[in-house]
Amino acid sequence: MCFTHSFWQLTISGLSDGFLYALIALGYTLVYGVLQLINFAHSEVFMSGGFGGLFAVQALVGSKTPHGVASVMYVLLGVVVGAIVGGAVAFVLERVAYRPLRRRNAPKLAFLISAIGASLFLVNIAGKEFGRLAIPMPNLYTNGNVFSVFGAEVQTNFVVIAIAAALMLIFLDRLVAKTRLGQGIRAVAQDADTASLMGVNIDRVISQTFVIGGLLGGAAGFLFGMVFNVQYNMGFTPGVKAFTAAVLGGIGNIRGAVLGGLLLGVVENLGVSCVQSAWRDVIAFGILVLVLLFRPTGLLGERLGRSA
Amino acid sequence: MSVYENPPADDGGPTGFSVRQVVGSLGESDWRRLGGCMFAALVFALMTGTSGNAQHLTAGVTGSLFKPRVVVFIVLGLALWALMTTWTRYRDDIRAGLEPFRKTKAEITGNQWVQLGVFAAVLLIAILVPPLLSVFWQQVLVSQIGIFVLLAIGLNVVVGFAGLLDLGYIAFYAIGAYTAAYWTGYPDSKPGHISPLPVHPPFHLNPFFVFPLAVVVCLIAGLLLGAPTLRLRGDYLAIVTLGFGEIVRIVINNSESVTNGPRGAFGIPHFSVNFGFLKYKWTLDLMPYWYLLLAMIVIVFILFRQLENSRVGRAWTAIREDEVAAAATGIPTLKYKLMAFAIGASTSGLAGVVFASQIGFVAPDNFVLINSLLVLVYVIFGGMGSLPGAVAGASFLIWLPNELRDYVAPQDRFIYFGALLVVMMIFRPQGVFPSRRRAREIGLAEAGAGGADAMGAPDGVMPR
Repeated sequence: MCFTHSFWQLTISGLSDGFLYALIALGYTLVYGVLQLINFAHSEVFMSGGFGGLFAVQALVGSKTPHGVASVMYVLLGVVVGAIVGGAVAFVLERVAYRPLRRRNAPKLAFLISAIGASLFLVNIAGKEFGRLAIPMPNLYTNGNVFSVFGAEVQTNFVVIAIAAALMLIFLDRLVAKTRLGQGIRAVAQDADTASLMGVNIDRVISQTFVIGGLLGGAAGFLFGMVFNVQYNMGFTPGVKAFTAAVLGGIGNIRGAVLGGLLLGVVENLGVSCVQSAWRDVIAFGILVLVLLFRPTGLLGERLGRSA
Repeated sequence: MSVYENPPADDGGPTGFSVRQVVGSLGESDWRRLGGCMFAALVFALMTGTSGNAQHLTAGVTGSLFKPRVVVFIVLGLALWALMTTWTRYRDDIRAGLEPFRKTKAEITGNQWVQLGVFAAVLLIAILVPPLLSVFWQQVLVSQIGIFVLLAIGLNVVVGFAGLLDLGYIAFYAIGAYTAAYWTGYPDSKPGHISPLPVHPPFHLNPFFVFPLAVVVCLIAGLLLGAPTLRLRGDYLAIVTLGFGEIVRIVINNSESVTNGPRGAFGIPHFSVNFGFLKYKWTLDLMPYWYLLLAMIVIVFILFRQLENSRVGRAWTAIREDEVAAAATGIPTLKYKLMAFAIGASTSGLAGVVFASQIGFVAPDNFVLINSLLVLVYVIFGGMGSLPGAVAGASFLIWLPNELRDYVAPQDRFIYFGALLVVMMIFRPQGVFPSRRRAREIGLAEAGAGGADAMGAPDGVMPR
C-alpha cells in the first residue's frame, strides 16, 4: 500500500491534527447535546481563541525564543488566555444569537441562520480589526525531534498538542461524569423539560455548556495558531472538519467526538499519502458519507446523556 | 405679583413625569434591555470604526471605542432603548387599537385577487424598470439576483416545502453549469470550434438544448445523492449534503484533464434560437438575458405554486411537520423526499446553464460552500416555505451588499450582512413573508404548543 513506507510518521501527524479536531468537535457535540442544534459559529470561537492567545504571547515574548520552564509557562499562558477568550465569545454568542430565539421557541432553521449570521459577522469583524493577513505566533520553544517511535520522529509540536489536548479531554470527561454541572448537562441533554421540572436551571446549564465548549475551542485555536498561523478565517476548515468528526463519532456523544476527531485526522493523513494532498477533504467527507450509510447515527451513536 | 410668589409645588414638569418616577418604574427586563442596547451600540461603533492590521492589532479597537465618537453611539443606544421601552409599555394598547385593522389585513392578503394583483404589479416592475437601470445594476440583476432567485426557489422546495436541510445545494448548480460547458463544445478541434473543456462531446449543442439535458443530469444527480442519504434525519442529512457539495467542488477543482481544474471552463457560447421564423441571438447585451431569466422564474414559480397545493405538496407538508406521523398515515416518505430533492436539484441545473452561458466562464470558485449557505439564508430570511419569500429574500439580500459597496469597504460588507441576519432572526424568526401555514406552525410553537418543525424531535428521540 502507498502509506506503508511512512505509516507511523503519518499516524503521528494524523493524531496531531486529530487532537485539535477532537477539541473543536467537543464544542459542537456539547452544544448539540443540550440544544440539538449545529453551532455554526463555533469555528469563530476557535478563531477568537487563536487571537486571544496571540495577544497574550505577543505582549510577553520578546524576539528571543524562550526555552525550558519559560516555554512551558508561555504555552500554558497562551492556552489559558485562548481558552478564556474562546469561552467569553461563546458566552456572548449564546446570549445574543441563541437565547432570544430559544425564548421564542423559534424553528430550528432560524437558529441555523442566526448562527451563520454570527459566523459571518465574527469572521469579517476579525478581518477588519486585525487585518486579513496570516499572523505568525512568536516561537515559544524550538521545535525539534523529541524521540522516535518505530522510526518515526516525534516533534515538540506534537508533544505539546498531545499533552495539552489529553489533559483537557480527561478533565472534560471527569467534569461531565462527576460534577454537579456535568450532571446538569447530561440531564438537559436527555430531556430538557423533565430536567427543568427536577429543578435544573436550563438557561444556566446551556450557558455553561457553551462556555465549556468555547474554552476547549479557544484553547485549540491557540494550539493551532502556535503551530500554523493566526488569521481571521482560520476557523473555517478546522471547523468544518471538526463538525464532520463530531458527526462521525455520533453527534452529542463526547467520547464519540474524540474518537471521530482522532480517526478523521489519522485517516486523512494516511489517505493523502495515496493521492495528492488536494484530495484531503474528499477523503474526509468520503469517510463520513460511508460511515453514515452503514451507521446512520455515527460510530458510537448519539445521546450525550447515555454515553458520557 | 402675588401669582409669582407661590410657584406650584409640583416640579415634575407639565407632563407629570420626573426622572425618579421613570427610573422607579423600570423593571428587571428594562434594565436587561438597556444592557442589550449598550452592547449593540458598542458593536455598532466597532463595525463602523477604523480598521486595524497585522502590525497594529489594537488600532481598530482603540480607534473605534476609545475615541469621543463612542459617545454618539452610546446616545444612539440610549435612544433606541427609550424607544423600545416605550414600545413595550404601550404595545398591548396599540395592538388592541389595531385589532379591527389586523383582521382586514389578513382578509386582504388572503384574497386571491389581491395576491394576483400584487404578482402582476411585481411582474410589471420587473419588466419595465430594469432597462432604466445602470449597467452595474443590470449586471447584478442578471448574474446575481436572477440566478440566485431561481436557486432560492429551487431550494425552497427542498427546505421550505419538504423540510430537508440541504447544505450542498450549490453542487447541483455546478453540475448544471459544467453540463452546459461540456455539451456546448465541439467533437473536433477545427479552427473556430472552441470547446470550453478539454474533453469533447460526441456532438455540438446550442446552450438552449442543454437545458433539458442539464435538468435530467441534475435530476439524476439528485436521485443518486438522495437515495442513500435521505434516510438520515435532520442534521445528519445536513452534514452529508455539505460533504457532497464540497466533494463535487474539489473533484472539479482537481480533475484538470476533464474540467480544466481551477482555471475553469471558458468560451461557453451565448444562447441562440433558430426555429425557422424565430431567429434570435443572445449577446453581451444584458436585458435579453434578464427577460429569459424572468420568464424561467415566472414559469417555475407558477409550477411550484401549483405543486405546493397539490397532493405532492400536502405530502411534503406532512413530512415536514412530523415524518413519523406522515409515514404512519401511509405516505411513502422516501419517495416524496427524493422527489423534492430531485426537483430542487433540476431547478438549480437550469440556473447553472443560464449562468454558464451568460458569463461564458465557470470555475470551481463559483461553487464554494458559502454560496450554498447563502442560498439557504435567502430562503429562510424571505420566509420559510413561501415562494414570494424566497424571491424577496434573494433579491433584498443580494441588493444589500451591492448597495453597501458605495458606503463601506467591500470586504467589510458581510459584517453588516451577518449582523442583519442575527437581528432579523431575533425579532422575526419566521422571515419576511412566511407562508401562512408555516407562520401558523411557528406561532403555535411560540405559544408553547408543539415544536416549530420536525427537524429532529426536541428530545432527540426519533426512530430511524
